Amino acid sequence: MARHTLSVLVEDKPGVLTRVAGLFARRAFNIHSLAVGPTEVEGISRITVVVDAEGDLLEQVTKQLNKLINVIKIVELLPENSVRRDHLLIKVRADAATRIQVTQAVDLFRASIVDVSTDALVIEATGTTEKLEALLTVLEPFGVREIVQSGTLAIGRGARSMSDRALRAS
Amino acid sequence: MSKGTPISPSLMASKPSAAKAADSVDSVDSASAVLGPNRVVEPTEMTGSEAIVRSLEELGVDDVFGLPGGAILPTYDPLMASKINHVLVRHEQGAGHAAQGYAMVTGRVGVCIATSGPGATNLVTAIADAHMDSVPLVAITGQVASSVIGSDAFQEADIVGITMPVTKHSFLVTRAEDIPHTLAEAFHLASTGRPGPVLVDVTKDAQQAKMTFSWPPKVDLPGYRPVTRGHSKQVREAARLIAASSKPVLYVGGGVIKADASEELLRLAETTGAPVVTTLTARGAFPDAHPQHVGMPGMHGSVSAVTALQQADLLVTLGARFDDRVTGVLSTFAPSAKVIHADIDPAEISKNRTADVPIVGSVKEILPELSDAVRALQEKDGPADLTAWWTFLRRLKEDYPLGWTEPEDGLLAPQKIIKRIGQLTGPEGVYVAGVGQHQMWAAQFIDYERPRAWLNSAGLGTMGYSVPAAMGAKVGNPDRVVWAIDGDGCFQMTNQELATCTLNKIPIKVAVINNSSLGMVRQWQTLFYDGRYSNTDLHTGAETVRVPDFVKLGEAYGCASFRVEREEEIDEVIKKALEINDRPVVIDFVVSPNAMVWPMVPSGVSNDLIQVARNSTPVWEEED
Repeated sequence: MARHTLSVLVEDKPGVLTRVAGLFARRAFNIHSLAVGPTEVEGISRITVVVDAEGDLLEQVTKQLNKLINVIKIVELLPENSVRRDHLLIKVRADAATRIQVTQAVDLFRASIVDVSTDALVIEATGTTEKLEALLTVLEPFGVREIVQSGTLAIGRGARSMSDRALRAS
Repeated sequence: MSKGTPISPSLMASKPSAAKAADSVDSVDSASAVLGPNRVVEPTEMTGSEAIVRSLEELGVDDVFGLPGGAILPTYDPLMASKINHVLVRHEQGAGHAAQGYAMVTGRVGVCIATSGPGATNLVTAIADAHMDSVPLVAITGQVASSVIGSDAFQEADIVGITMPVTKHSFLVTRAEDIPHTLAEAFHLASTGRPGPVLVDVTKDAQQAKMTFSWPPKVDLPGYRPVTRGHSKQVREAARLIAASSKPVLYVGGGVIKADASEELLRLAETTGAPVVTTLTARGAFPDAHPQHVGMPGMHGSVSAVTALQQADLLVTLGARFDDRVTGVLSTFAPSAKVIHADIDPAEISKNRTADVPIVGSVKEILPELSDAVRALQEKDGPADLTAWWTFLRRLKEDYPLGWTEPEDGLLAPQKIIKRIGQLTGPEGVYVAGVGQHQMWAAQFIDYERPRAWLNSAGLGTMGYSVPAAMGAKVGNPDRVVWAIDGDGCFQMTNQELATCTLNKIPIKVAVINNSSLGMVRQWQTLFYDGRYSNTDLHTGAETVRVPDFVKLGEAYGCASFRVEREEEIDEVIKKALEINDRPVVIDFVVSPNAMVWPMVPSGVSNDLIQVARNSTPVWEEED
């Protein structure tokens, strides 16, 4: 099924994330990733949710989300007019013998090394899901010890602001 | 009644609603979003609990149903001095259903109150029921003090979390100053847009703290903007489809009753000349006696109504939601019909069946516009010719009327009893069913000629709904005769509210259709499990130990109680019951356990396979 990215502006109130997550669970919608944080407007948070749904089902996801009282606005961000990024921290085995090779791979992917110890490195990388998957494939042979990853973040291209318009509308 | 109103058997108009005018407010203007008479209250010092009671008063609340306990105790103290009538129930579920019944007959928000923990969890069934059937309900619960939330304190339950999937919205209030605006928001949410239950959970310390009360408060719901006016272009498109249709059906759901749009519906029906079907929640939205009414659709609908939908070329869907009990197997439902779908909840449109013309808005506002648009097209092109369609449907109505065969065991036919209750009481009565066979018979064999005369638990199918909901309905409509048409299984779930009825002088009439079993389950066992009656025998009926004896039980609760076992007693006892208005009545109608609900579309098959009796499907005649 096609993957779609929705940006959801919500009131920053207790339980909002539970309401959103609970809705997805009980209506049997598939969440691929979910990221949440405050915005430039006080009291408003923004949830970026990547769902596996299309057609009528995607429409249902949006409509059901809209029914949540704390949800202010929902926008689907299309790949052609938005920027999307994932954030990844990887702990990879690297001793004196392999450290140079790992460092080269990190440079190639414009990632950075944020912690060094005698037999491991922690790498920080930001990019599209595809780029990060490619980086992981390259690092795999050295021995990946741990991965921690954010949900996808996405923002529309151009000068328009989603929260601006949403708050004017209300 | 509890306010000393004399009770008369006369069937008068319902209690006037002070809050009605503000019911369908569609506005971002905060002041008009506050229900009630909207008096101005200058800042006054009071406690949170006093603020709860005062807010309810300012919101125009007259009656509430509840049961106190530790965490809500502070609120019960000022309630004692309030003009609000509090009905003390015997189980919180009863308070919830009573508030539903009250809301259903009056169109106002029903209010129930319970304490924390078990008090709150006992409300959950009623809240879920109100959610499924879009009943405006505000549930106020006490919560343990905010300082101990999360510590597994005595009688602590995360009721906001528990009810999240079954409320329209919920609030946890931990500060006294948040009480007035939260309650105003709760009432606004419950009663506007698609109505539904809203829970307000108030911690004990918020009830005890001092605050400054003023009215009206500011309603701040930036994410809530229900659309009530339909899109004009869509309405014109709908009118075009109606004008071009030769087999249209108005598929009417409970939304028409919630929107108080029966008059508007009548006008559309008479303008289009189209047949009308009323679903289980819409019985009475359109008069049964009207020649254009072809019946109730669905699993136990009439052949004419089910077939009208199946063979239609256009469904004009009004405040209905293509529930599985109506559609049967969805992929085979009304296969050649285009769909116009008008609903206030955009999420219902194209949820189950894709709409060709979606119209988001209140049917109250959409229907007049649609009638005008259809009329304009008729003036230009002449009215559509529905003669062949009506010939077909009238033949079905004549050939397959609703009926029953007399039971072979010599016991009474339950259908006849229910029909006589309806005939002897008349259309001004209120009929409240439980869930099961008796519910279907009450939907089939009582004629509903006005909205808000028929109450039942449709979506959730809550056994035990009847007695407490009838109690709430009687409080809301004290001058109407209110019948609880219940089953022997359902009745045993909530009959403790008879104590509430007797003590508070709420004289409902309970007809226990006693077939000594969980009848609908038994029917399925007869049809689909080779008659293996696993755990459906309740031993309350003819030639059993009669545990409990419903007559003795009724008497123990202070009700006038009767048993009817013979044909000739039916009318006599119903008439006697209609004359008793100083206390509740319980009638134990001992009926045959073998009576079944027909017609029936067995689960999992197309509506085309409707059976009028066991293994008997209608003969489809060719149109001449």
